[in-house]
Amino acid sequence: MKKIRNFIRSFTLFELLKGMSLTGQRFASRKFTVRYPEEKTPQSPRFRGLHALRRYPSGEERCIGCKLCEAVCPALAITIDTEERDDGSRRTTRYDIDLFKCVYCGFCEEACPVDAIVETRVFEYSFFERGQQVMNKEMLLDVGAKHEAQIAADREVSILGR
Amino acid sequence: MAEWWSNLVAPFPPLLLTAVYMLVFILVLFACVAYTTLAERRVIGFMQVRLGPNRVGPQGLGQPIADAVKLMFKEMILPQDADRFLFRIAPLLSMAPALAAWAVIPFSEHLNFADINAGLLYILAMTSLGVYGVIVAGWASNSKYALLGSLRAAAQIVAYEIAMGFALVGVLMASGSLNLGDIVKAQQGSVLNWYWLPLLPLFLTYLIAGVAETNRAPFDVVEGESEIVAGFHVEYSGMGFAMFFLAEYANIILISGLTALLFLGGWLSPFEGVVPAHVFHLPVIGALLGSGAHWFLAKTSFFIFCFLWFRATFPRYRYDQIMRLGWKVLLPLTLIWIVVEGVLLYVKFPPWFD
Repeated sequence: MKKIRNFIRSFTLFELLKGMSLTGQRFASRKFTVRYPEEKTPQSPRFRGLHALRRYPSGEERCIGCKLCEAVCPALAITIDTEERDDGSRRTTRYDIDLFKCVYCGFCEEACPVDAIVETRVFEYSFFERGQQVMNKEMLLDVGAKHEAQIAADREVSILGR
Repeated sequence: MAEWWSNLVAPFPPLLLTAVYMLVFILVLFACVAYTTLAERRVIGFMQVRLGPNRVGPQGLGQPIADAVKLMFKEMILPQDADRFLFRIAPLLSMAPALAAWAVIPFSEHLNFADINAGLLYILAMTSLGVYGVIVAGWASNSKYALLGSLRAAAQIVAYEIAMGFALVGVLMASGSLNLGDIVKAQQGSVLNWYWLPLLPLFLTYLIAGVAETNRAPFDVVEGESEIVAGFHVEYSGMGFAMFFLAEYANIILISGLTALLFLGGWLSPFEGVVPAHVFHLPVIGALLGSGAHWFLAKTSFFIFCFLWFRATFPRYRYDQIMRLGWKVLLPLTLIWIVVEGVLLYVKFPPWFD
């Protein structure tokens, strides 16, 4: 009996037609593809892209050179040197992030007690020469200055880890 | 219109005209082939719920041109131990029959290159010749994968050629002619008079064997990426590879066209016998709804789409399963239906065989 049923099923091409109806439905369905440069996928406020160093509204840089980010970095991508400034506070003289080493885990951001180092929503960047992948302090502060509004807004919505 | 055209070309010798027509037709065919590759990528993309190539030009319409330019500028590598002459001639051997077969295809009642009486035999001969290109390519490459691919191609095409041939026997029994134009005319009446219905098993067999003949998914063990890299054309690059690629798509178009001619009434309109006859004499609508080359092209396009649809849907057959299907299923099926058809013809079974 089962044999006869299988026989009929295979000769009516029932299963093939079933498969084709599925692909036919998919043919007409809405596509998932995002046409990238014209369209972009939505980003979370916790998006972890390019790094930035922030400043207080007064213009004072936030980073106090505590080196917690350097210590927590699993990829050893951060290098910090510090010295005492004239007013007696500790500040960084060097703050380098090697973006080839960085795994964008966001631990530095979480470790930072003053919200100085953050990861922004910027993800479209590239390097054309060797050496450009190392972001120094000025570059990081520039990124921070450029995207401060977005960074602050994201921190309002979502307070990481604390 | 036709008269105006024949007056215009009257001063030229007919041989020259035929050559010009053929040149124009081959160029158009090449363009169709190129755009079939785009259609394939886009249709399969759509069936996989993505968009497919849409960057070069509007909707990716420049993609085939970009591909062609790229392939033309690539180096054609000649393997050290390859047979130099055969290696170079193999792509032509697979391309030429796919083009030559178009000589007898009637686009409409009077629109064809050669109206020969043994058209169907010619088609059968030409489509079988295509396999030589594959075999020669596999042998001349002097590569294990290529040879395995071409052996598979030989076995598969022999197996399916027979089922295909018997399907054609059914058609010529029903129509009583080997002339493709007469075969289409024998299907006149309405959609139900076309041969797909009385010869349904043969129609399906022909379609399946056609997919197998062109080495398309799900019968593409000849190329079988996962097993033998790319089969017979592993060693080919640049224009040689492009020729095989074009030949494959030219064959798809040819088989689709033949299916439309033999089983779906070629240029006949599906509205024939459905809407009242006086509609066909209306100025524009009549020409659109009435029989003509556009219906042939529409049917051909539908079958090309089916080829792409099959590829998007079905996983590849295992090699022994292909042989089983060809020899043990399709061949007996066609034989049985030819006997059934013979009986129907003998008793003059209406409405098809009276």
